[in-house]
Amino acid sequence: MTYTLEGSTGSWEVVVGLEVHAQVISQSKLFSGAATDFGSTPNTQVSFVDAAFPGMLPVLNEECVAQAVRTGLGIGAHINLMSRFDRKNYFYADLPSGYQISQFEHPIVGAGAIEIELADGSTKKIGVTRLHLEQDAGKSLHDQHSTKSYIDLNRCGVALMEIVSEPDMRSPEEAGAYLRKLRTVLRYLGTCDGNMEEGSMRADVNVSVRKHGEPFRTRCEVKNVNSIRFVQQAVEAEAKRQIEVWEGGGTVLQETRLYDPSRGETRSMRSKEDAHDYRYFPDPDLLPLVLDEAWVESLRAELPELPDAKRARFMREYGIPFYDSGVLVAEQVIADFYESVATGRDGKMAANWVIGDFFAGLNRTGHSIENSPVSAAALGRLLDLMADSTINGRIAKDVLEAMMDTGEDPASIIDARGLRQVTDTGAIDQAVDAVLAANPDKLAEYKAGKEKLFGFFVGQVMKAMAGKGNPALVNEALKNKLG
Amino acid sequence: MFSDLSIVEAASALRRRDFSARELTQAHVDAVAALNPRLNAFITETPELALARADAADAALAAGTAGPLAGIPLAIKDLFCTEGVRTTAASRILGNFIPPYESTVTANLLRDGAVFLGKANLDEFAMGSSNMTSAFGPVANPWQRAGSNAVLVPGGSSGGSAAAVAARIAMGATGTDTGGSIRQPAAFCGIAGIKPTYGRCSRWGIVAFASSLDQAGAFARTVGDCAVLLGSMAGFDAKDSTSVERPVPDYLAATKRGVRGLRIGVPREYRMEGMNPDVERLWQSGLQWLRDAGAEIVDVSLPHTKYGLATYYIVAPAEASSNLARYDGVRFGVRQDGVDLIDLYERTRAEGFGDEVKRRIMIGTYVLSAGYYDAYYLRAQKVRALILKDFSEAFARVDALLTPTAPTGAFAQGEKMDDPIAMYLNDVFTVPASMAGVPGMSVPAGLDHQGLPLGLQVIGRPFDEETVFAVSQVIEDAAGFSAVPQVRAGA
Amino acid sequence: MSLDPATVRRIARLARIRVEDAAVPRLQGELNNILGWIEQLSEVDVEGVAPLTGGAQIALRMRGDAVTDGGYPERILANAPDRAGEFFAVPKVVE
Repeated sequence: MTYTLEGSTGSWEVVVGLEVHAQVISQSKLFSGAATDFGSTPNTQVSFVDAAFPGMLPVLNEECVAQAVRTGLGIGAHINLMSRFDRKNYFYADLPSGYQISQFEHPIVGAGAIEIELADGSTKKIGVTRLHLEQDAGKSLHDQHSTKSYIDLNRCGVALMEIVSEPDMRSPEEAGAYLRKLRTVLRYLGTCDGNMEEGSMRADVNVSVRKHGEPFRTRCEVKNVNSIRFVQQAVEAEAKRQIEVWEGGGTVLQETRLYDPSRGETRSMRSKEDAHDYRYFPDPDLLPLVLDEAWVESLRAELPELPDAKRARFMREYGIPFYDSGVLVAEQVIADFYESVATGRDGKMAANWVIGDFFAGLNRTGHSIENSPVSAAALGRLLDLMADSTINGRIAKDVLEAMMDTGEDPASIIDARGLRQVTDTGAIDQAVDAVLAANPDKLAEYKAGKEKLFGFFVGQVMKAMAGKGNPALVNEALKNKLG
Repeated sequence: MFSDLSIVEAASALRRRDFSARELTQAHVDAVAALNPRLNAFITETPELALARADAADAALAAGTAGPLAGIPLAIKDLFCTEGVRTTAASRILGNFIPPYESTVTANLLRDGAVFLGKANLDEFAMGSSNMTSAFGPVANPWQRAGSNAVLVPGGSSGGSAAAVAARIAMGATGTDTGGSIRQPAAFCGIAGIKPTYGRCSRWGIVAFASSLDQAGAFARTVGDCAVLLGSMAGFDAKDSTSVERPVPDYLAATKRGVRGLRIGVPREYRMEGMNPDVERLWQSGLQWLRDAGAEIVDVSLPHTKYGLATYYIVAPAEASSNLARYDGVRFGVRQDGVDLIDLYERTRAEGFGDEVKRRIMIGTYVLSAGYYDAYYLRAQKVRALILKDFSEAFARVDALLTPTAPTGAFAQGEKMDDPIAMYLNDVFTVPASMAGVPGMSVPAGLDHQGLPLGLQVIGRPFDEETVFAVSQVIEDAAGFSAVPQVRAGA
Repeated sequence: MSLDPATVRRIARLARIRVEDAAVPRLQGELNNILGWIEQLSEVDVEGVAPLTGGAQIALRMRGDAVTDGGYPERILANAPDRAGEFFAVPKVVE
């Protein structure tokens, strides 16, 4: 179903392109040896290079280049063996040198693509135009003083990857799916932590609207949106605004806007308007970046298995359905957890337990998978205890709850609480007899043909056995007695 | 007693303990105090630091641990950041800037025991050929025209460095050369000056003017002294991405190689219409001296020579407009308050920069701006490629080139001030080598009819400073330049 | 190509240099004089010539990823015309 917005003149299509700024995971900055940690004391992670003192010069961090190459390879993009750094000139309080070192004409990574999955199960390829390396700016704090802004340069010079998509998205949902997928890939690659709250991943959202079949109309750029939810809201709010402008006989002007989540609307950023002419030119402090093809290939060889490939393998090797496999590969840690549970066991059963009771247990106890009280090995042992009929499925749920609460091993919980499954047919027969004796009216109804009551008897027997009866043996005993 | 010593001689004398480093430095400190009011060669004098360094040099000499420049008093162009010592780039905007770091080149000199007398005057941000654009006032050339007491310019931008060495108040000096800023003042002041190959000296800690052209170099009164200074200043520096990783040869040894068997090119495009006859005559003498010493003189062509200056005046201002954006009154330097941040920037920069700097920033901003980049900047880069190709082709045939350094001798303060282009033409012979990044040296070779010194320029292949020194030494020996400026220590 | 007064003001604004109205004509003349002289480059045939972007004809060197710098906020802030504790301070910026 195509997403459209209804206006007074009919329905409109929404066109979205995203520019994502992803902070590169590295120890030190793109062009200086200062640290990159988040949340340090102001101006402690600043070198004279970052603060643009006279005579200071940039030296490129090899790991940042490797991270950009890994990311490019991860989205199947072309790696440009020759790229170059340019200066983007503009004045701003948190840009000490008066220029940002970026890659304008010759980015390190060319075209690639990201496949997204939509709620109806369909998939769509979103083109990536390019990826380039650039410096992050510092931070201006405007709320500390009535007449002054404060400047902290700790973030200044940290490496960013700017990942520019094609205008291939047609709905807020697609924009959200693209960002989620991109974030997953970056996290798998270990090239960006994808943490939008801390600002290590930010999106500029290009939005335009058009009538079906038309060429693109003028777009507006909504800057620095810092959550996936806000990106989706911003797309809708900005599209609706543009539809109103067009339908009111006006013209949408190409401009930079900000999304205000509290009001659910975008507004023009006039302060940046006169900074248009960036006067890009090759940075004369840096020379062309020439990559060795063998080096790129060695990075390719070391790439981890990425979500799409992993998902296909999970479906193939473990026989799990499309939807479940998607849940399991959404995060590398989940995929790793699942795979160590599933290895050597029934993969489908492992998936059901991880996605179902295990996730529910994490939720209930407020844990993340990284600090889960139940290890993959422990969950695996629980599944083994079911497989060898030490406990049945019903009891296993209780045992997992106890494991979540105590962090103890399943076997010791089972022993301590006497939860071992009863397979002694004598004991089962005894329980069956007692149940039948206690319910003569139900027995009569059953015999008169109300066979549905079989389940009632099973339940009563299990209850009498505190849930520990072997379900198969209980069934068998009941069938014998009921003839 | 010390005023006519060379660095090479002084270094030997210090090792023989003929005199102490303190005596040598004290004599120069006194000479600076006596003559600087007249020359304005120093923006900042550091006599206490100099004497403390001299004492340290004496101790090292006594202990046998002295470096090759132990106790040698130098002037440092005030474009090199010196830790704890004010560094201004001759601009109001940096009038109070105390660097918390030492430039690589000056750190190398300090490592080798050199003594710094102070920070030498220059054109503001090294933009100029006369030292007239300094916010700290012009520098007087120690030379005067025969029969005239008009104050002449020392050339620029490294005018203070050149004047200090010529007046014998410093034994040597550092300079930087972007389009001729070492070679032209060396010629105007009758001393030697070398701009090495781009990438030979680290640019780290030198206030940037035009990053793809800026290169540090040395001034001294002899070719040999320049060789010694450059040997200390040069070398690979991982902090400068354009620094080239190759060993620094023994330049002083290279001065003794002679020119026998070398092929010396004469670029025909340097013989310009209306050329100053004194300059023309000296050039011919220089060629004859080299021929006499066994070199073969070869006519070569550098066809894009006439476009060098115009190319330079696009490339250098473009880079400068970006390099000087950091002077915004936020983190260092002199701030002018404003009603908002933009107003603060605009007032700080309007007040902080002088007219020539502002002109070049605006030219640079314009040539990079949308719609003009291709016509100006991109085209200039292509012409620059052609200039480099000219040199590469010439150096396939010859080992070095000999040209005049500047079209005239020194001119008077106030002359050529109304017309920036007339001023720019001073660099017509020096700019092409800068555009190509090749080494060039000016050697004092004679006087013009007014009694002012003239220099000859030796240009070499990339990283072949050794041949440049060898050729320059032959010229120095043959020229026997012994004239001295009117204003000098010990006069 | 010749600059009109509006362009002179726009360039000054881009370069963040305050230019008083009275100074515009003089500046316009100076800049046009220089630009007119630079114009001579248009006669050079640059067809097919690759631009020379830098001073050194070598490839870019890279450094290892290690924290080797920073950690000296006092030295960073010591020259600041205005500071507030551990921050640089500027007139309030309204976005």
